[in-house]
Amino acid sequence: MQHDVIFCGFGGQGTLFAGQLLAYAAMDAGLHVTWIPSYGPEMRGGTAHCTVIVSDEEIGSPLVRAPSYVLAFNNPSVEKYELLLAPNGVLIHNSSLTSHAITRAEIRVVPIPASDVAAEIGNAKLMNMVMMGALLQCSQMLPFEAIERALEAHMSTRRPELLALNKRALQRGVELAQAQSAGLGVEASA
Amino acid sequence: MPKQLLKGNEAIAEAAIRAGVDAYFGYPITPQTELLEYMAKRMPELGRAFVQAESEVAAINMVYGAACAGKRAMTSSSSPGVSLMQEGLSYIAGSEVPVVLVDVMRGGPGLGNIAPSQADYFQMVKSAGHGDFKPIVLAPATVQEAIDLTGLAFDLAEKYRTIVTLLLDGTLGQMMEPAELPPMRPMPAEMPAWALTGAAGRKKNSILSFRMEAEDLEAHNLHLQQKLAVIADEEVRTYEYMLDDAELIVVGFGTAGRVSQTAVKQARQKGIKVGLLRPITLSPFPDRRLSQLADEARGFLVVEMNAGQMVEDVRLSVGGQAPVKFYGRMGGVVPMPDEILASIARLDQATTKAPPTYKIEGPLVPLTKAHEVTR
Repeated sequence: MQHDVIFCGFGGQGTLFAGQLLAYAAMDAGLHVTWIPSYGPEMRGGTAHCTVIVSDEEIGSPLVRAPSYVLAFNNPSVEKYELLLAPNGVLIHNSSLTSHAITRAEIRVVPIPASDVAAEIGNAKLMNMVMMGALLQCSQMLPFEAIERALEAHMSTRRPELLALNKRALQRGVELAQAQSAGLGVEASA
Repeated sequence: MPKQLLKGNEAIAEAAIRAGVDAYFGYPITPQTELLEYMAKRMPELGRAFVQAESEVAAINMVYGAACAGKRAMTSSSSPGVSLMQEGLSYIAGSEVPVVLVDVMRGGPGLGNIAPSQADYFQMVKSAGHGDFKPIVLAPATVQEAIDLTGLAFDLAEKYRTIVTLLLDGTLGQMMEPAELPPMRPMPAEMPAWALTGAAGRKKNSILSFRMEAEDLEAHNLHLQQKLAVIADEEVRTYEYMLDDAELIVVGFGTAGRVSQTAVKQARQKGIKVGLLRPITLSPFPDRRLSQLADEARGFLVVEMNAGQMVEDVRLSVGGQAPVKFYGRMGGVVPMPDEILASIARLDQATTKAPPTYKIEGPLVPLTKAHEVTR
């Protein structure tokens, strides 16, 4: 089993943290994992991305050319990573902010209005957790509880009230992705 | 200790602390700055010395001074910063004091860029400054290995009174992996007998890097060379993967080595009998092991993130017994497994008359002569 995920968005959208959270959860589940950020002469409002590989075997290359999952938080990310996604890969994008027309037909596209949903929950910064919930639902790579436990163990303790909101955001992400796959099922049988 | 998710640079810093480093001197430079930053916080907490020097030249000379005083001293930098340290490194080598240096390589030459590179193999392995000397050079490929080799670096530096360099690239410096840290080592109760600790009540010690008489300096040079010969006999370390029945052998260190491992695994799935030798010690180089493998191997492929540096040592070791090909990326580009897989397939087809039983798609990057050199 190997899952490779690219998390990408603007700096400040919680891209790197979302990737780290997955890495923590995978480690705590006893799996092999690598997390590698983009680093460079970055600027505010510039792009940030990280690659996370989760595997039940030792991981050689920490980078992938064609990831099986892309979590795109903004438009430039959809534009860039749609083309790099592996055949039959899954593109989960934050449809609150994305408008780029997707051209590849064979990939699975999962639009999640994550920024809007996060705002409804009470904090727009929860967008990354809504997206993470959708990733968990689409990939089934780790149980929901594993990410919840990772949040409890590794999130800063300065604002404990955020923990419940983060969990709520994750849960909403799962539900939205579930609704999507239900929709796909109907389409497939039609 | 349970596993923690650790960033390469920070893991090395904590490993050095647990190995008992007394003093750290450095100057910030990407992609190793987290190492210095971590030390800035942790060393004073433990009552140990941390100095952010005014330059790399100053930092290495502070390391030199602390090491002469019998303290466990280290520094870290990245390519252009290490160039500035070369004078000091040579003085340290001439003086035979133990020092640990971490070089998190970036793209060059010149200011280059801050992306991961292995372009300083020549600089560190062939010499790290003027005069006839070589440091011991250790090349980790995973965060766990970086931790383990940091402890080993201090042991070897003290055992042989030499410079030990941890040579890695920005990828490993920046990435996070689960790893286990060793327990904190007790600090040594006594100073080494050669250290400059104040001569009251004992014979005077002196530590020099010059010997004015040619015969004296030659005797010192011979002593340093004899020490290197012992190191070559005792300290070679490799990581080997699927070599048992391998007809083709991929050789790569650090990040290039671990990316190659993925390509080797994929090639095996296609039925190509290929294995990986990843040198952990670049100096001393695993020349005897490679020579032994060359007796049976059909061909070698060396993968590096440079224009072809370690490949020269592989060719010397193989001694013409089998073809040695090279695949490299430069400028901070990390090769992807599919590029290396395609290169393995070309080596396979070039060294056998049998038609291939597999199909390789790609490579997905346009190849130029500079990427793949057959000399």
